Amino acid sequence: MTAVDDRTAPPVPPERRANPALAMIRNSWRQLTSMRTALVLLFLLAIAAIPGSVLPQRSVSAEDVAGYFAAHPTLAPVLDRLGAFDVFASFWFSAIYLLLFVSLVGCILPRLRDHVRAVRAAPPAAPRRLDRLPQHALIADAGTAELSAVADLLRRRRWRVSVRGEAVAAEKGYLKEAGNLLFHLALIAMLVGVGLGSWYGWHGNRLLIAGKDSGFCDTLEQYAESGLGPRVDPADLPPFCLQLTDFRATYLESGQPESFGATVTVDEAGRAPRSADFSVNAPLRLDGASVHLLGHGYAPVIRYTDRAGRTQTTVAPFLSQDEMLTSEGVAAFPDVNADPKSGKPDPDLQVAFQGLYLPTAPDSPPYVRSQHPAEEAPALMLFAYRGNLGMEAGIPGSVFELDQRQIRTGRLKPVGDKLLRPGEKWRLDDSTTVEFLGTRPYIRLSVRHDPGSGIMLASAGFLVTGLMLSLTGRRRRVWFRLVPQPGGVAPTDGSSLMEAGGLPRTDYPGFADEFRGLVAAATGQAGAQEGTD
Amino acid sequence: MEQFSSYLLVVAIMSYLVAMICHAAAFAAGGRAATTRRAARPARELVLAGGAPAPGGRVHAAKPPVESGGLSAPGPSRSSRLAGRVAVAALVFAAAVHLGVLVTRGIAADRMPWGNMYEFVLVVTFVGAAGWLVVLHRWPAVRPLGLFVALVELSLLGVAGMVLYTPIVPLVPALNSYWFVIHVSTVAFSSGVLLLGSVPAAMQLMRAGYEQGRRSFPYTLARRAPSAATLERLTFGLTAFAFPIFTFAVIAGAIWAESAWGRPWGWDPKETWAFISWVVYAGYLHARATPSVKRNVVAWIALLGFATMLMNLFGVNIFFVGLHSYAGVK
Repeated sequence: MTAVDDRTAPPVPPERRANPALAMIRNSWRQLTSMRTALVLLFLLAIAAIPGSVLPQRSVSAEDVAGYFAAHPTLAPVLDRLGAFDVFASFWFSAIYLLLFVSLVGCILPRLRDHVRAVRAAPPAAPRRLDRLPQHALIADAGTAELSAVADLLRRRRWRVSVRGEAVAAEKGYLKEAGNLLFHLALIAMLVGVGLGSWYGWHGNRLLIAGKDSGFCDTLEQYAESGLGPRVDPADLPPFCLQLTDFRATYLESGQPESFGATVTVDEAGRAPRSADFSVNAPLRLDGASVHLLGHGYAPVIRYTDRAGRTQTTVAPFLSQDEMLTSEGVAAFPDVNADPKSGKPDPDLQVAFQGLYLPTAPDSPPYVRSQHPAEEAPALMLFAYRGNLGMEAGIPGSVFELDQRQIRTGRLKPVGDKLLRPGEKWRLDDSTTVEFLGTRPYIRLSVRHDPGSGIMLASAGFLVTGLMLSLTGRRRRVWFRLVPQPGGVAPTDGSSLMEAGGLPRTDYPGFADEFRGLVAAATGQAGAQEGTD
Repeated sequence: MEQFSSYLLVVAIMSYLVAMICHAAAFAAGGRAATTRRAARPARELVLAGGAPAPGGRVHAAKPPVESGGLSAPGPSRSSRLAGRVAVAALVFAAAVHLGVLVTRGIAADRMPWGNMYEFVLVVTFVGAAGWLVVLHRWPAVRPLGLFVALVELSLLGVAGMVLYTPIVPLVPALNSYWFVIHVSTVAFSSGVLLLGSVPAAMQLMRAGYEQGRRSFPYTLARRAPSAATLERLTFGLTAFAFPIFTFAVIAGAIWAESAWGRPWGWDPKETWAFISWVVYAGYLHARATPSVKRNVVAWIALLGFATMLMNLFGVNIFFVGLHSYAGVK
């Protein structure tokens, strides 16, 4: 009687409907961590960065942003609401890179786990049909080749080897995946460094005029422009004081700058005052801050003698307008012409001078542009104004410009202009005199602290290393197996048949050569093999 | 010496022009002969090994290569091969003269010859030409692409000479640092190789269309090109070689920026476009590793990266003002 194959179908478990909410979350997570999403996000990131280069950015140049507002009065506020002038801190740019990092983490952690597992596991056993692999060789008459010798050979060549019975399995090239993981983890570390820097970092910019009376100390109020990270308290700023003692600039004949150098006296807490040099590419590194030289200019020294015979001297920094250091600025004297009896200054007798300083004035008028940045023929063009400077109203204004509203409404009247050389005096219409005493140099400096920069540097190093390992590594496996002789005769007479197979896990065109070399070395002699590719 | 450098530039441009014409002649003259030498050679010689820097460099085709010449002519004629050899000789000569332009410029200026945009474009194009000669030496079958390499060199050098030229001036103080050698040289080198990588990418697109049977204008240019798969591997090899160097160059720039300007990354226009280029090439590497992305799309991404590098090289210097304004172009 024939055996009836009486198998009933295995019992079907009752249908369980997956929780739709969980399923949606799981599917969304899978989508987010997929390569396609990463690709889309990468390109979105690149596209999102484009407006950051086309439109002026506040963090790069606030004046250009103001200029854009002036040039496009209706469009600019709309763009501002969209975050177009602060692209890299905007919510949509942050959303893109944060999503990208979430996708990255979600993809990398499982891969890390799998890689650790693969590294700790032994290389897989040899497949049954080695001749189906891309590389295959039959080693007839292998001579004295033994599996253990082959294993030693492979170990010497830095393969991970496992010997299982009649076969040797070896794998190499784990560094490729390790490098890939290192690269992506370094990206995360870089982000952490950037975050640290923005939270705990700070910066402050200001002008520093040469001279003992113009030093400054590192406090928040003494900076013209500053930014503190959200976790930085003004009291955290390191206590040091700087005084500019010397500034040297050399120029070529064409006016192109050749070298800059500043010498400052540094007074740090807990150390004696010392002199230090710094320059454009060699910042002054102090404890907890670094000082960078951004630019320089001239500050004319102007002395005004008022109607009561009292003199006031002011050192007014003038802003450079072009490469030849044509400079403009204001020297204001709001407290002159005080009533000699009561001592109260008359608000309608304030004096100010709008000035144009030319370090190298042309030989003949018009004196509007300097011809060279060095002070070869200095001249100061002064436009005198008398009246109410408008400083009492409490409305903030620029120290480099007079309040135009006061001039337009006639409260501040022009009373003449004159070109002065250093040392010259000018007598105004009310017998007061103004004297141009010369100039002092000033430097524009930026004091900064970025606690994340060390982390960024280290992660940058790991990034490049991981990238190179990932792009040049090649994962491959080889197996060597003793082939049993037909008839089950054990190879006792010293001749054995060995079979070898190789599998490159990645696109590795040189693998054929490497495999051939391995086989030749395993047999110990060339020509004792027949190979097919 | 500065004048001599400018004369040499004219000679180099003429030589690239000669090379381009000879390549075009080789392309036009080929395919009328009865000899089928190509077919007689073993198939592996038509296929490249990709993935530089592969030490082996020997051929290993995963699938049989499409016969170059395909449905039309069986192989190049003798005059075509002669024209091709003359073209390569002209290219070698042009690259040597190009190197002379750089060396004489450097001697005349007493510094490394990459201090302004004119010199920078000279360096990048030289790296592209030298890289092309290296590729040509190891895989001679890519010679037909030399037409486009010569064309690109010619155009960029022409723009450099006519528009970007500035007389030699010493470095401004901001550039006077050892980082000048490190950062600018690695940027120039990696830019050159990445730009070179766009030539096989473009060719791959044309060849892929040709292999699918299209015979309209741009696809016929690929009649004698190697197969699309090998062109794809060449693109990847060049890009994968240059990408880590480009990454290092950007990082070196950030380190220099930290000491010069106080912050490693400030989203200055050139920094922003370097970031954009880096992200696009990272996207290229990711796309290549994703099997579901078509190979043509991957080649388009490489070309997009080329476009961002051009924007970074020319557009940013000319249109935007930022801290990187050392172009010397007013």
